[in-house]
Amino acid sequence: MKSRTRTLIIALIGFWLVVFGVLPILLLLFASFLGQDPEAFFELSFSLDAYRQLVDPGYLRVLLRSIWLAVLTTVFCLIIGYPFAWLTARLNRRTRMLVLILLMIPFWTNSLVRTYAIRMVLGTQGLLNTLLLHLGIIDTPIRLLYTDTAVVLGLFYLMLPFMILPLYATMEKFDFRLVEAARDLGAGFPATFRSIVWPLTLPGVLAGCIMVFVPTMGLFYVASLLGGARQLLVGNLIHQQFLNARNWPLGSATSVALIIIMALMLCVYWLFMRNLALRSHQP
Amino acid sequence: MNAVRLIYFTLIFGYLYLPIIVLIINSFNANRYGLSWDGFTLQWFPAMLANAGLMEAAKNSLAVAFSAATAATLLGALAAIGFRLYRFAGRRILQGTLMTLMMAPDIILAIALLVLFVMLGVSLGFWSLLLAHITFCLPFTTMTIVARLQGFNPFLLDAARDLGASESQVLGRIVLPLLSPALIASWLLAFTLSLDDVIVSSFVTGPSFDVLPLKIFSMVKVGVKPEVNALSTLMVALSLVLVIISQLLLKEKEHGA
Repeated sequence: MKSRTRTLIIALIGFWLVVFGVLPILLLLFASFLGQDPEAFFELSFSLDAYRQLVDPGYLRVLLRSIWLAVLTTVFCLIIGYPFAWLTARLNRRTRMLVLILLMIPFWTNSLVRTYAIRMVLGTQGLLNTLLLHLGIIDTPIRLLYTDTAVVLGLFYLMLPFMILPLYATMEKFDFRLVEAARDLGAGFPATFRSIVWPLTLPGVLAGCIMVFVPTMGLFYVASLLGGARQLLVGNLIHQQFLNARNWPLGSATSVALIIIMALMLCVYWLFMRNLALRSHQP
Repeated sequence: MNAVRLIYFTLIFGYLYLPIIVLIINSFNANRYGLSWDGFTLQWFPAMLANAGLMEAAKNSLAVAFSAATAATLLGALAAIGFRLYRFAGRRILQGTLMTLMMAPDIILAIALLVLFVMLGVSLGFWSLLLAHITFCLPFTTMTIVARLQGFNPFLLDAARDLGASESQVLGRIVLPLLSPALIASWLLAFTLSLDDVIVSSFVTGPSFDVLPLKIFSMVKVGVKPEVNALSTLMVALSLVLVIISQLLLKEKEHGA
């Protein structure tokens, strides 16, 4: 049964997704191949200059450093988040809901406000230093703010729920009797973890890593507020090229690089999941 | 085991909540820089109201969030209906596009939309912000409403059609009333998302249209601002209320339908 209302609805959604979803990405790709003009945002001519600048050693070093910070954040989130998700999955239903809601509330609170809040804690006269001084752990305040450590701590603070939630989703379905069975058969903790728990929770690990790693690289305001003036994250580079240097082709090329990294990660995830599905169908 | 778990959870939640608590306490602290507790005060709240630039930005942000939430909810409802109740060519591709929009990092969406607006000649300000905010809220509103449609009995619609109802009557009299809790929940969700956005807003707004996150960002870049503390406390309270309402509405659906 076809009606005008039905056609109209489908056309409207299709229009919106094509104009504001597909077209902008194609234009971004297009912009990365344009020539540069310091007076305007770009020059309408084909050029590979942006990609040449992208692999320029100076620029590339900042890019790699930013990727490194994102890797550190992701690993840190995984190490802290994995046991957290595991312990949560083993709680009874009521407590589990409470823990999940407590995880969701910061997630719903303005992230800029939270970044600003963590800066109050990390400052030389902030809560952390005051506490450590009082406890006699340190004699002089440690300089945390405007260091890479502060940036990673801030990114970790914002991104931890994004790691825990996918991990928890996988672990919730985990059959904990498998662990008991392995124990009964004489496997120690390392063997049980390596051959049962880790492989079975790997989908959650991969999903969590993607959910943390990709957005982390874009959080320019975290680096600006906690890391000082330097260009620390890919997001800062893009922000700089678009809003200050007005070099749109280079900004676009940097974003294309980010899209490629994301696509590669999704490919790995997809290949892994397909492999898993194939293996589980075999006898 | 239990003790270890308790300590671990306390440490993590301490890390997640302590900064917010410090911020809230400092918004009532007479000490401007929050270096020590100099007594309780409410002075920062009127100070915040007296800051014309901040209030202007707040007004703009609320206008964008209100309009974007409304449009994204309506569009999301249509998208959910289209994806769940209709079969058409290209459905899977459109669904895939929506999921990609949800997965894509904000910064990619931000500059892609900026390039679009500039190339199409859309001036940067209220309208560009609104279009961008509707776009990034859309996947979330659609998913919320799709979840509600999941438990929907499709025979109800067939019955109405057999009895001679037109498609718009079917949607207006059966689908929309049944969807209303999900619609309110997704409106609140989109409103929060829009109000919280920093990345997309910093790219697609123009110099004449200041919004809250950008104003706050430029104010706190150099140091602590007590007016911002007061405003942040209000924002934390607002998002808390909105989340609780939306969760209650979604819960009700599980019991009701």
